Amino acid sequence: MKSTLKLTLGLASAMLASTAVSNVAHAEDLTLCWAAWDPANALVELSKDFTKESGIGMKFEFVPWTNYADRFLNELNSKGKLCDLIIGDSQWIGGAAENGHYVKLNDFFDKEKISMDDFVPATVVGYSEWPKNTPNYWALPAMGDVVGWTYRKDWFSKPELQKEFKEKYGWDLAAPTTFDQLKQIAEFFQKREIDGKTVYGASIYTERGSEGITMGAMDVLYSFGFQYENPKKPYEMEGFVNSEKSVKGLEFYKALYDCCTPPGASNSYMGEGVDAFKSGQVAMHMNFAFTWPGLQKDENVGGDKIGYFVNPKGPDGDQFAQLGGQGISVVSYSDKQEAALKYIKWFANKDVQAKWWSLGGYSCLNAVVKDPSFPASQPYAQTFLDSMAIVKDFWAEPSYAPLLQASQKRFHDYVVAGQGSAKDALDGLVKDWTEVFQDDGKM
Amino acid sequence: MTEAGLTMLNRTADSVARATPEPLARKVRGISDKGLAWLFISPTILLLLAINIFPLFWAIYLSFTNYRANRPNEVVKNVGLANYKRILGDQDIWIAMQTTAHFVFWTILLQTLIGFTLAWLIDRKFRGHAFWTTIILVPMMLSPAVVGNFWRFLYEPQIGLFAYAISFVSGIPPTDIQMLSNVSLAPWSIIIVDTWMWTPYVMLICLAGLRSIPEYIYEAAEVDRASNWRQFWSITLPMALPFIMLAVLFRGIENFKMFDMVTLLTGGGPGSTTEVASITLKRQAFESWRTGYSSAFAIILFVAVFGLANIYVKALNKVKQR
Repeated sequence: MKSTLKLTLGLASAMLASTAVSNVAHAEDLTLCWAAWDPANALVELSKDFTKESGIGMKFEFVPWTNYADRFLNELNSKGKLCDLIIGDSQWIGGAAENGHYVKLNDFFDKEKISMDDFVPATVVGYSEWPKNTPNYWALPAMGDVVGWTYRKDWFSKPELQKEFKEKYGWDLAAPTTFDQLKQIAEFFQKREIDGKTVYGASIYTERGSEGITMGAMDVLYSFGFQYENPKKPYEMEGFVNSEKSVKGLEFYKALYDCCTPPGASNSYMGEGVDAFKSGQVAMHMNFAFTWPGLQKDENVGGDKIGYFVNPKGPDGDQFAQLGGQGISVVSYSDKQEAALKYIKWFANKDVQAKWWSLGGYSCLNAVVKDPSFPASQPYAQTFLDSMAIVKDFWAEPSYAPLLQASQKRFHDYVVAGQGSAKDALDGLVKDWTEVFQDDGKM
Repeated sequence: MTEAGLTMLNRTADSVARATPEPLARKVRGISDKGLAWLFISPTILLLLAINIFPLFWAIYLSFTNYRANRPNEVVKNVGLANYKRILGDQDIWIAMQTTAHFVFWTILLQTLIGFTLAWLIDRKFRGHAFWTTIILVPMMLSPAVVGNFWRFLYEPQIGLFAYAISFVSGIPPTDIQMLSNVSLAPWSIIIVDTWMWTPYVMLICLAGLRSIPEYIYEAAEVDRASNWRQFWSITLPMALPFIMLAVLFRGIENFKMFDMVTLLTGGGPGSTTEVASITLKRQAFESWRTGYSSAFAIILFVAVFGLANIYVKALNKVKQR
């Protein structure tokens, strides 16, 4: 009896001990929060190496893009401990820094000899700095991204279409370099029969709910001469946001929507754009570069059938593209900040960054993107590099959310619903943005 | 159980009773029926206070402040009635209210007309009426998320069955039938779906009303040689009216706060064409993070619905008393 009792006690103790050990291991796991998209899957794969090296397990919380901002901004605002690491959108940086959501990384970078000079400058400004253009870092550039275009190389190279296009427009059918050319190509393909199927000119961003139409319209507006504010007087928007050039840019975006998009494309963003291109509906497709690896691999439209081009030039030759992408930050409410910093240190490593690119992520490290072999490493690599050199981003102010909601409404009302004029939309936008900055005490 | 076992159990119970401290035992024994009732309902009351009443008062408090949920470290200032003044002077809010009113009016009108007609037909008790009743009720049993998604596909101009059906009848190419993208059609696309889904609910309530009319009243009318038309206007409609009004009240309150179907079908677009008040409220509260402002808007909506519902209930009582 005594020995049975001893055995039972021994077993119970062993079970308790093993549970405790597994709990300790579990307690060290880091949770990384990001959007649910292809690069996130690549990051899961990449992070296995971190777990192997450090013994720290990784858990992931991925949320679809449409709820990404809602979900994680709520989490940060409520000082939640769900995320130890977060790959937050570039526009969040101001609010996250000023509200204390992110850990400031300057001391850590100094200690670990991580230099921001080693990263693509636009990504440092866009993803890491707040205030902008000051050496205050809140994130490590993690995923470079930019809006660019894909096109159906196989359709563009059909001799009969090339001939017809040349006769009609007087220049060779090729990837456009100006927005005028882009519109001509889009008009040319709109409702054309190709391989027994009706196809359309272009898929552009028109989504209303989150940020879609703003990202798309801005992609055009920048190259037409739109500016957020007076470069000499911050927050002075009159005559910059609603300048004549901006009006022309917005009119162009509406004209492109009216003439050349597939029927029913009134609420289209990244996913809908990919669907339109993959299903062979459109000749050209505006989207963030993160979609390119997936499209390149696609059996129906990828390989030799797809081509890439940088966002075209505006009427005055200006050429800019909307910045996407994100930096990785340590959440200040996390109890595992030390382990989270270890992950950032590991992620900044050159070999890890090279593998990140090879898996489908977009590295922002100069050593990777400036490597001589980089442009030829993927068919879209050169377009990505060229696009990253001309980026501009939306407001990254703490009040970015109401600023974005205002532009979403004004642009959608005009471009999709056809209410008022482009001038009305941009005048209204100046009014809305002024109100936001006045509420913030910045004007 | 054996007798010995029962004796043992009784002894144990006695010893437990003796061991119970006297003050506690007295308390339990001395509890009144009213006290017991309070004891039973107190968890529910506490729950209601915590998740309904407290948030309501908290929202009223927030509506007088400049609080923003995304600025936890900022000092909250009292702004008096500024939020209310701003809302009542905001043109976009009035447009959203008009859109809501348009949506509520047409959905209620269509659902009442079709629902009552269906109830009247089902009440004829024709052969197979039970089967058809079940079939008609199916849309109501589906989840709004499912309904919203599959109607989005049905409305799809390139692959949607709805566009093809209209095209078949009208000869208009299906790609030109853009229900969700067209400014004039988008509000109607939501009205159609809501009517399809909730008419059965109105039908059920109307059917209950029709079945509550005593048969002898119709028999008396037959004796008086009243025509079917006369019977309908003088007996059926007046006696079913309280039920119809009840259905209108339920659907009115529901549709005033309609959110799911609009979000799934149009997201408030194109532009702001289908942006009903609840969508505006959500955008202000959780996308623009204007918590104080959106609390004031929520209070205005609450007062409006509460006030209108009260007036309506009084009218309903008058109709019932006739």
